[in-house]
Amino acid sequence: MDWIQVGLLEDIPILGARVVKSDHGDIAVFRNTENRVFALLDRCPHKGGPLSQGIVYDRRVSCPLHNWVISLESGEATGPDSGCTNYFPVRISDNMIYLSLEKSGSHSADKIRNET
Amino acid sequence: MKKQKLILIGNGMAGVRTLEELLKLVPEKYDITVFGAEPYGNYNRILLSPVLAGEKTIDEIMINSEAWYAENNIALLKGNTVTRIDRVERTVHAADGTARGYDRVILATGSSPFVIPVSGNTLPGVITFRDIHDVDFMLATSTKYKNAIVIGGGLLGLEAANGLMKQGMHVTVVHLLDCLMERQLDKTAADLLRISLEQRGMKFLMQEQTEAILGDTRVTGVRFKSGKEVMADLVVMAVGIRPNMELAKQSGLYCERGVVTNDTMQTYDPRIYAVGECVQHRGMSYGLVAPLFEQAKVCANHLAEYGIARYEGSVTSTKLKVTGIDLFSAGNYLGNDKTEDLVYKDSSQNVYKKLVIKNNKIEGAVLFGDTVDGSWYFQLMRDQTDISGIRGNLLFGQAHIGDSGRGGLSNTASLPDTAEICGCNGVCKGTIVKTIMEKGLFTLDEVRAHTKASSSCGSCTGLVEDLLASTVGADYTQTGKKPVCPCTEYTHEVIRKSIVERSLKNMNDIRHLFEWKTTDGCHICRPALNYYLICAWPNEYKDDAQSRFINERAHANIQKDGTYSVIPRIWGGVTNPAELRAIADVADKYKVRTLKITGGQRIDLLGIRKEDLPSVWGDLSKAGFVSGHAYGKALRTVKTCVGSEWCRFGVQDSTKMGIDLEKMSWGAWTPHKFKMAVSGCPRNCAEATIKDFGVVAVDSGWELHVGGNGGVKIRATDLLCKVTTDEEVKEYCAAFMQLYREDARYLERTAPWIERVGLAYVKEKIVADPVGRKKLAQRFLDSQIHAQVDPWAAIANAKDQREFMPIKQIDMSTAQTAGEI
Repeated sequence: MDWIQVGLLEDIPILGARVVKSDHGDIAVFRNTENRVFALLDRCPHKGGPLSQGIVYDRRVSCPLHNWVISLESGEATGPDSGCTNYFPVRISDNMIYLSLEKSGSHSADKIRNET
Repeated sequence: MKKQKLILIGNGMAGVRTLEELLKLVPEKYDITVFGAEPYGNYNRILLSPVLAGEKTIDEIMINSEAWYAENNIALLKGNTVTRIDRVERTVHAADGTARGYDRVILATGSSPFVIPVSGNTLPGVITFRDIHDVDFMLATSTKYKNAIVIGGGLLGLEAANGLMKQGMHVTVVHLLDCLMERQLDKTAADLLRISLEQRGMKFLMQEQTEAILGDTRVTGVRFKSGKEVMADLVVMAVGIRPNMELAKQSGLYCERGVVTNDTMQTYDPRIYAVGECVQHRGMSYGLVAPLFEQAKVCANHLAEYGIARYEGSVTSTKLKVTGIDLFSAGNYLGNDKTEDLVYKDSSQNVYKKLVIKNNKIEGAVLFGDTVDGSWYFQLMRDQTDISGIRGNLLFGQAHIGDSGRGGLSNTASLPDTAEICGCNGVCKGTIVKTIMEKGLFTLDEVRAHTKASSSCGSCTGLVEDLLASTVGADYTQTGKKPVCPCTEYTHEVIRKSIVERSLKNMNDIRHLFEWKTTDGCHICRPALNYYLICAWPNEYKDDAQSRFINERAHANIQKDGTYSVIPRIWGGVTNPAELRAIADVADKYKVRTLKITGGQRIDLLGIRKEDLPSVWGDLSKAGFVSGHAYGKALRTVKTCVGSEWCRFGVQDSTKMGIDLEKMSWGAWTPHKFKMAVSGCPRNCAEATIKDFGVVAVDSGWELHVGGNGGVKIRATDLLCKVTTDEEVKEYCAAFMQLYREDARYLERTAPWIERVGLAYVKEKIVADPVGRKKLAQRFLDSQIHAQVDPWAAIANAKDQREFMPIKQIDMSTAQTAGEI
């Protein structure tokens, strides 16, 4: 699996997110209070809102457009809403964040890859 | 850690509810044992009357099955009476010889029906009305016998009488006084009730005192002090309950009329708690379900060692559970020489409503025949809402107080299923009711989560609560005090007060003290706490960008496609060629797709990409613009008309006043957005009377108006007062904004805030108290020193613009990859 350097842990504020531009579309990279980093396609499954702009808590993010709550681990909408955005594997080594675009965790991701 | 041992004595509603609350908080803290004297699981005693009337079955009123105890690892010892608590050895002893050691005990021994001490009171056929056994006995008797006497015309007695009548018996109710349900009703309502019940076939013997129960082998009748004798095959005593405190007394715990507890539900032995009907708290004992549940919550909180909740007594309301008779009573229903009565009586329709008012607040209510508004009056009473503005129409109910700003509350029960309840999310009544029933929803939050109704602007919250109440029935208690969000049990008011009183200066301390169930909070509470901290500590607290909604974090409004709109401040709506040229240049340079004149007399540049925001702001700053805060819960715009400078009708310089007010107040963060307007004459071209703070010029000075809203629910302002000088306008404005900032809940506009606290309150603080007003205004101006920093210029000139830029552009052909790491 190829891991791509995207930036330092400090580049992302705690309970915040930054955007990585890619051929797959924008990817939102989140950091939570446990200093864990997650990466999701920056599109809410509801109306395509940029999840990178939402409020982050625990292992979830609230979409800025209509407050859908998306799991940072699975990309799935929580609670009564249903829908899923794809996530990308993340690794941290020496404070450097690496992202893999090869294998993501959702069917929609495969679809996107086939199209691109 | 070794688990502590907790013993619950009494397997009733209050005790088991305490366990439920406790398990929610700390599921692993205690090894729990329950002793129950009755041979059943836990059932809803309140619903025994409908069982007697044949409207419900025993199975329907069971609350916790035995499986529930097993699932939660609770040892249930049912049919086993506790005889002794050894407080020295800390051991509980039961009748069958069982002994269990404890660390803590919850006493929930409930109450017993009072048996009148007259001869014959132990004869077969004489019974009280308390448990499943009594109901079974009455049902069996009704199949064989005809005549029943119920002694006691209180709530329970009348419900028992109604049930027996439904089972085909001839029922006579005997009451000591001339007024039925005298603890809930005044004489007028009591008479109406008696007449209604008589029409259904119930007989009454008023002002009769029982002397003896007659019969040899079983009851045959009752003799009264007056000498009168009445035949009976069944006598039900429902003359009251007394707390079961024998066990507590024997164990040396201090008791008066009940087991005395403090505000944390502890008895005089702090290891022993008491909840429910056996308790005497601040001189009161309760026999209704809502107070018992409140006690349970506090007790659980303390047992979990969170130790912050206190029980401070309950305000209660009563409904009679007799199908077809609508009766509601709450609070001080009799009134006294310091109160006033509002009364509506229509004898032909059998409707009677009485509200007891003190200082323009509802103290108590009695409703007969039409109880639709009972929960609303109760809410107004618990919230101590000022009713002076709606006094004239109050008795006609919620549907008749006009629609403006009150969230369109109306009689939901009579609405058709297709009626739209939540306009924001397009949810109709039928959908909500169906979802409540199918998913077994119980709280407002659950309904919001499943249907989206009331989850956006919230103006239909009252309607949804009504639907919830009418669908799940008596089990749903309206939340008088709403917590900030599902992360905590505490209200905005409690938390805000503590921030100041306990000098709480960061979110973690607040979350710790108020028992947040989450580590980071959520998208509802974080922005609220961030605001409260900014408001309380303007020169110390450092704004937390990650607790800001994106618009406030990016200082621009996010649009549906993820781009932003930028609105520079145009003071008082007055601009000039240089400013317009600068805006045009920015629009050209960044290929702005839409330029829009806003309703607030400004210009909106739409479709800006986030990464362009800092340079757009840089260009606008150079032309002298600052942020318009069109994105914030903040001072938005001050709309003006041209006033006396140009207008042939203008009597004051409204544009200058508008600009002065905007220069004073821009940058201020407020609980929700805050809009102002200044009109130069009473023709009011600036539409100042639908703004949060509106100023209208008159010949002799300025009229100040507050609490208007032109949005979801239009509301015209209330007149605050009239002033003469420009300086006064500014002082009143600053003081009003500060009062709103310090007093309103986060996301509460001035319109609902004023309706909640009352205009009289605002006038008292701003108009009647010059010293207080000056202090408020000064606090506002002091906080403005820290607030009036233009965020646009700051970001445009800052080195760190990472918030706005992608951290990486991955181009697959040149990406630097590391292979396996």
